Amino acid sequence: MIQTISLLMENKPGALLRVTGVLAARGYNIESLTVAKTLDPELSRMTIVVDVEDRLRTQVIKQMSKLINVLQAVDMSDAPSVIRDLVLVRVRCPQESRAAVLKEAEIFHARVIDSSTDGFAIEATGEPGKLDEFIEVMRSYGESDVARSGAVSMSLEAKKLRLQPPVMTPVAVP
Amino acid sequence: MQTETGKKLMTGAEILLECLARENVDCFFGYPGGVTLPFYDALYDSHIRHVLVRHEENAAFAAEGYARATGRVGVCCATSGPGATNLVTGLVDAMMDSIPIVAITGQVHSKLIGSDAFQEADTFGITRSCTKHNYMVKNIDELPRIVHEAFYIASSGRPGPVLVDIPKDVFQARAHYTPVESIHLPGYKVFTEGHAGQIRRAAQLIFEAEKPFVYAGGGIIAANASAELTEFVELADAPTVTTLMGLGALSAAHPNYISMPGMHGSYAANMGMTDCDLLIALGVRFDDRVTGQLATFARHARVIHVDIDPAEVGKNRNPDIPIVGDVKRVLQKLIKNLQELEAEFKPKNAAARARWHAQINAWKAERPYDKPHSETDIKPQHLMEEIDRLSGGQAIVTSDVGQHQMWAAQLIRFNEPRLWINSGGLGAMGFGLPSALGAQMARPDKLVFSICGDGGFQMSVSELATIASHALPIKIIVMNNGYLGMVRQWQTLFYNNRLSAVTLDCFPDAEKLAAAYGFKGRTIDKPWQLTQALEEAINEPGPYLLNVKVTPDENVYPMVPAGGSINEMVFCPEPVLS
Repeated sequence: MIQTISLLMENKPGALLRVTGVLAARGYNIESLTVAKTLDPELSRMTIVVDVEDRLRTQVIKQMSKLINVLQAVDMSDAPSVIRDLVLVRVRCPQESRAAVLKEAEIFHARVIDSSTDGFAIEATGEPGKLDEFIEVMRSYGESDVARSGAVSMSLEAKKLRLQPPVMTPVAVP
Repeated sequence: MQTETGKKLMTGAEILLECLARENVDCFFGYPGGVTLPFYDALYDSHIRHVLVRHEENAAFAAEGYARATGRVGVCCATSGPGATNLVTGLVDAMMDSIPIVAITGQVHSKLIGSDAFQEADTFGITRSCTKHNYMVKNIDELPRIVHEAFYIASSGRPGPVLVDIPKDVFQARAHYTPVESIHLPGYKVFTEGHAGQIRRAAQLIFEAEKPFVYAGGGIIAANASAELTEFVELADAPTVTTLMGLGALSAAHPNYISMPGMHGSYAANMGMTDCDLLIALGVRFDDRVTGQLATFARHARVIHVDIDPAEVGKNRNPDIPIVGDVKRVLQKLIKNLQELEAEFKPKNAAARARWHAQINAWKAERPYDKPHSETDIKPQHLMEEIDRLSGGQAIVTSDVGQHQMWAAQLIRFNEPRLWINSGGLGAMGFGLPSALGAQMARPDKLVFSICGDGGFQMSVSELATIASHALPIKIIVMNNGYLGMVRQWQTLFYNNRLSAVTLDCFPDAEKLAAAYGFKGRTIDKPWQLTQALEEAINEPGPYLLNVKVTPDENVYPMVPAGGSINEMVFCPEPVLS
């Protein structure tokens, strides 16, 4: 079943590889992955969408939580959350259907970001399923190409972060 | 080495040695090379002992032997490229068995990283999945923090290997060294205390149970919780097994002790586990070699699972009472709870408990481990019985991997933790000799046996030089059956006895081989030579290589075929009378 995982992690070299390694080591293919800095520039938030066998869903979260660089790993599939995706569509369309394309874009609250005699480049954000529909509609007007950001998610409830306090190093010198 | 180093300009190599000293490292195992030259140059002036092994893989195994024998962090060191890649097996081994080691590797000059420079390998990438955590030091200023973090991560929580990769220019750079006083790893979650409510519930279940059973593992040894375990099993009045990783966690002489469970565990251990109504799992991970088929494993039992790693709880078996915490702390609290509840509960099921102990004892009597003897040949079990008798539960025994490992685990009894040292999870052949070297360096006061098969011995035979060079009085016992015995056993039992690539001929003459390194050795093949030869080995002040030719076709029993239920053991077929 498709699982959406949200991670709060330290922005350190190799951290991305450690997280994806948990999935790769078990042979899971990542559907989408987004990562960027948070308000605290030393931390990043990552959203991973991945198809995981049901019985291993909690195991995957636990393995990610164990990583030293990961502050929090949450299965968004179980929690109230919002998930959004961004898509850029370049559609070639003949003169006579331009008005119709613009109308469709409006229906999906999409924005035209480039216009030429060949067609349009259009930006849309929304739930991933909605964007699938939008892409289908655009393709019906002519040759299209798309670039998607992948899902970005945010939990709607503030989960308490449990952080490890500092510890002392051994001061004993032989 | 100067200790008042607040303002001193030091090289990265000197800073590393200063940090190692602060972590109380007294010796480490390594092999130098091009990029670690600056480090070894600084080491020339250091009081820290360096043991020059003859292969980097053995440096990692020796560090593990040191750590397993003491509970302290073992340290190994290798150069970039091939040195680092040779450490990998030892790192995976330490990962599987949760052994605290820190590996230091050299890396090519920062400016050359990624250019396919001479002896360059992506050590940071290669070792990511075989370490608990790893680092590449990119700046001398972060070196002290990283070294102390590495030791802290290796030894805290669920222990494991940590690797620190250091480019040559970081060793050579100079900086004002300031001691690191605290470590801050906000994302490193260590759960130690256990949930008070769950511990209370566990205590109640223990008293309500009619057939409680303790399944204790390597976690008890890692947590130094043997004393707590002993008090607990007495209070809980429960028969106890210790896994291959947990041998010695409860003294083999303790009346509640049964044996090792699992694929080659005893009949009583596996029957007890199958039949119990409460399984108390302490510092174990429900490994497939213990549980056999999970669906039928302890199927009537409620399960209490105590482990420090949340990812282990519920991984293979969903417990009724999960307790995430340090097994030492949890046992202390559990003992307190049991003491409070004792008066109320204990009298109620005394009769059921007595029946349970009687049943366990009946199983013990019904099918003890096979101990065949022969008038003409040395049976491998006979060899292990003799080592058991001579060690008296007190010697350190390191083992390689295979049949001899299973017979040793079955028949050699350990009265204390940290005496039995073996590669449990990974099953890495070649582990026996170098781990003995590490253990003997750590415990010069102890009698150390290194029991190897004739296969594994030859995988790390190069360490005879290290053992000789340090005059380590290790008693190397080769159980020589001329085969890769465990593979041969599976071919016999499951592959129609088609013996493919398992014959080990051309074993060297032990006396000459040992003599070539300057110590004593001998080959025996008659049962009447056994006791005298072992005593001679023990009495020899230096190392001793004893090659014991045993009957070649012996199989390890009982055996649970892979994927079978553990109560469906295969036993040794009755010998045909000749």
